[in-house]
Amino acid sequence: MSERSMPLSWRKETKPHKFCPGCGHGLVLKALGMAVDSLDIAEKVVFGCDIGCSLLAWDFFDFDTVQTHHGRVVPFIVGAKRVRPNLVGIAYMGDGGAYAIGVQHLVNATMRNDRIMVIIVNNTVYAMTGGQMAPTSLPGQVTETTPKGREPFREGYPLRGPEMIASFAPEGAYIARGTVSRVRPLSHVMERALKNLLDDRGISVVEVLSTCPTNWRTDAEDTWKYLEKEMTDYFPVGELVSS
Amino acid sequence: MNNGKPINEERQVFMYGNEVVVWAALAAGAEFLFGYPITPQNEIMHYWSHLAPRYDRGFLQTEDELSAGFATLGGIMAGACCFSATSGPGTVLFQEPLSMAEMMRIPLVLIVQQRGGPSTATVIYSQQEVFLTAFGGNGEGLRIVYSPGSHQEMYDLTIKAFANAWEYRFPALVLGDGYQAQMREPVTLYDPPRRGIILKPPSPLVGLEGVPGKEREPAHWRNAFSVEEELYDALKPIIDDFHWAAPTLTQKEEGFIEDAELIVVAHGIVGRSAEAAVRELRKEGMPVGFFRPITLRPFPDNDIKKVLHACPRLLVAESAQGQLAKLIRIAVGGELEHSIEMYTYFRPGLGITSEEIMREAKSVINRKREESLSAVLL
Repeated sequence: MSERSMPLSWRKETKPHKFCPGCGHGLVLKALGMAVDSLDIAEKVVFGCDIGCSLLAWDFFDFDTVQTHHGRVVPFIVGAKRVRPNLVGIAYMGDGGAYAIGVQHLVNATMRNDRIMVIIVNNTVYAMTGGQMAPTSLPGQVTETTPKGREPFREGYPLRGPEMIASFAPEGAYIARGTVSRVRPLSHVMERALKNLLDDRGISVVEVLSTCPTNWRTDAEDTWKYLEKEMTDYFPVGELVSS
Repeated sequence: MNNGKPINEERQVFMYGNEVVVWAALAAGAEFLFGYPITPQNEIMHYWSHLAPRYDRGFLQTEDELSAGFATLGGIMAGACCFSATSGPGTVLFQEPLSMAEMMRIPLVLIVQQRGGPSTATVIYSQQEVFLTAFGGNGEGLRIVYSPGSHQEMYDLTIKAFANAWEYRFPALVLGDGYQAQMREPVTLYDPPRRGIILKPPSPLVGLEGVPGKEREPAHWRNAFSVEEELYDALKPIIDDFHWAAPTLTQKEEGFIEDAELIVVAHGIVGRSAEAAVRELRKEGMPVGFFRPITLRPFPDNDIKKVLHACPRLLVAESAQGQLAKLIRIAVGGELEHSIEMYTYFRPGLGITSEEIMREAKSVINRKREESLSAVLL
């Protein structure tokens, strides 16, 4: 078998995982696990989860892991990394944590070029709290707080987070967007992001387009279509800043 | 990071309160300060960022107090002795990292130099952050709060905050104020171990030795629980530990209690005015005593109960609208609460001099004497 179905760094005792059927988190964490396996750095990793669905990853890996607060995983990992520069600090969060309640942390960590990896799972919705509008909800997207669809004149246009921080990213930063529809390329992006840290070059930020059929209220076909068409059209996949 | 000793022989110095805090943190082995500017604590960051490189300690100016608090938690969990300092609205934002520290038993040390409130108010002084430091956050107030009355105590209690935060694994706060932060006083600086103070070396909770999942179990730290019972089972032992530690943690100062007809209760810098007032009143033959809680959380419940059993009449003086008075009512509780006679002098956001306390105390004593005289005459 060329590819393991389950990365070595996954914790078997906590599988099957706790995410909903059809949720993309498992695929994001698979790509990350494959990247950590390939670089053989599990011993150095400190993995921090934000609040929201990402909190469910608290016992997902055989990594030292801390569940933090909503939006606060970035400063937590910054603190750990500042005192122990040899650690590989990974902040795992959703779009609400990264682009709304914790956006000041993402912006300032990027400005400082903190040597941490930030993984942002973009599923265009606040999922754990029941499907409210997120900074990334698409124009017209129906959510619990936009029952008639997101109206850009009132609620603004979705935030392209990687593009925002890429506009001022310092030398050495790595910023990319991947998608759960292509796990192997996503794992390569994760690997490059981790290598950027190991080489002490700068911050690594990876946004991943992901699925939430539970809150989108979509079947398999429409879920896939939404990810591959609507989301990917608005949020282009690829590397934004690399060297 | 190494801890080159900043203080060896004892030294007499004349310093600002904020400077005293920095020397205490250095002496206690603090390795990293994460901070955000807010008056009147700024000089803690200033002195620290100047002195830190000399002793191989670290500093990061963060984007806000939330970041300062969570970076401090990250640093501590990664195994370094870290701290922060703040005031007023910053103390409000600090409730979030403090509550995580309570749940995960993280020895977060926070220096608070109180300013006026509510809102932005003044940058100068108050005692309005008592509730916030003792009971802020969504939880049960599982913190240690010291209220120093002098620069020497600011030094002693900052060191103690580090020692007890790491010994008992509860967040520890030193509750100073803008006056203390910005005034100069003589202080003796010392190396804590030379005075027998034990400072536990920090140890990491993440980034442990060995390959997780192969050579050891991974460290998994959580603060979110799926069901009520799970939370209760996690929280109950923490509350029990806090109650178990409380009698060893509580600290107070008292004087002239024995034959007193009135006890002046005050904390922090006002406690100092109270003591000075009581000494003057005693010279005038007035039967007045004083009680100064040094720990506001846990509160010295039993000590104040004893004092109020001996003399149930008290005058509470504070630069807030009754925050200390409420702590006293909670501490006293039950039967005693109905038998105590509480007089108050509340000056929210204003300093209180010993002369004001003398005047208030005299007025209570004289009124009482007149009352008992008229009762006899009737």
